[in-house]
Amino acid sequence: MAKATAQTADGVPAFYVTEEEHAHPGGSTMLGFWLYLMSDCLVFAVLFATYGVLGRNYAAGPSGADLFDLKLVAVNTAMLLFSSITYGFAMLAMDKGRQAAVQGWLAVTALFGLAFLGIELYEFAHLIHEGATPMRSAFLSSFFTLVGTHGLHVTFGLIWLAVLMTQVSKHGLIAANRRRLMCLSMFWHFLDVVWIGVFTFVYLMGVLK
Amino acid sequence: MSQNHAEVHDNHQGGHDSHGAAHGSLRGYVTGFLLSVVLTAIPFWLVMNDVLANSTLTAIVIMLFAAVQIVVHMVYFLHMSGRSEGGWTMMALIFTIIIVAIALTGSLWVMFHLNANMMPDLHKM
Repeated sequence: MAKATAQTADGVPAFYVTEEEHAHPGGSTMLGFWLYLMSDCLVFAVLFATYGVLGRNYAAGPSGADLFDLKLVAVNTAMLLFSSITYGFAMLAMDKGRQAAVQGWLAVTALFGLAFLGIELYEFAHLIHEGATPMRSAFLSSFFTLVGTHGLHVTFGLIWLAVLMTQVSKHGLIAANRRRLMCLSMFWHFLDVVWIGVFTFVYLMGVLK
Repeated sequence: MSQNHAEVHDNHQGGHDSHGAAHGSLRGYVTGFLLSVVLTAIPFWLVMNDVLANSTLTAIVIMLFAAVQIVVHMVYFLHMSGRSEGGWTMMALIFTIIIVAIALTGSLWVMFHLNANMMPDLHKM
């Protein structure tokens, strides 16, 4: 790429590409991870569109207004929001190179994440116990797919978090671990952004009728 | 030539930003968190207490709150700015928003029209 640019640009040396590649090895990781998040965004967009189309097809079964417990959803939203800011505190501690503080905040983040997952699983179990299974109606199929996919992302985020805590305790805050923590930071905050869409479009508007 | 140099310089700055100050500050995180709490609490309050009698109006208002909160998260938590990675994250984001908008509005538009046009005439059945 650098060669081709240098040849075609008449007389003007192509500083742009070569400089970028040499000056920051690994510097493109953040951009690459951002592109992954954007593709993940498209996955969620498709699931939101599916829910948007099927969300009112109750097949004479229960509707969102019958099923959703907004108090539980509010607590769940708070859990995810708290986990977002505690992860932010972990990143700030990482900037200052304080490993114990990083581990502490990551542990707190993991606890909030686990609380979120626990509440979501409790909600799903409750729905299924009441007969509101994914097989009941198109509304419930698309609901479980959308919210379940988000929950699955949180699950993998938690596994990733546990792996990174082990890595940091073994190797300390080396450059590779900082890069990994920054990637997980983007992933974690991105999941919180998706949850804003979920609680607005699925829960609040589902109750609204 | 000079423009090229300027570009190189900008890129250098951008690269450094993404390693150094890109994680934001305590002030930034706390501001983002407090804004998020307010922007989450108001929609829940509106729906749970049925504050606005009109449900269509409530839906529009809570969607606006969601849009604002997404921007707050992008700025304060994900540290989006036109400068990060030499502007490429912003380009990718804009591209994604366009595709998401097409996927969402397109699906809803087509499927609701399909529903309206394919609905059997109940009186003739």
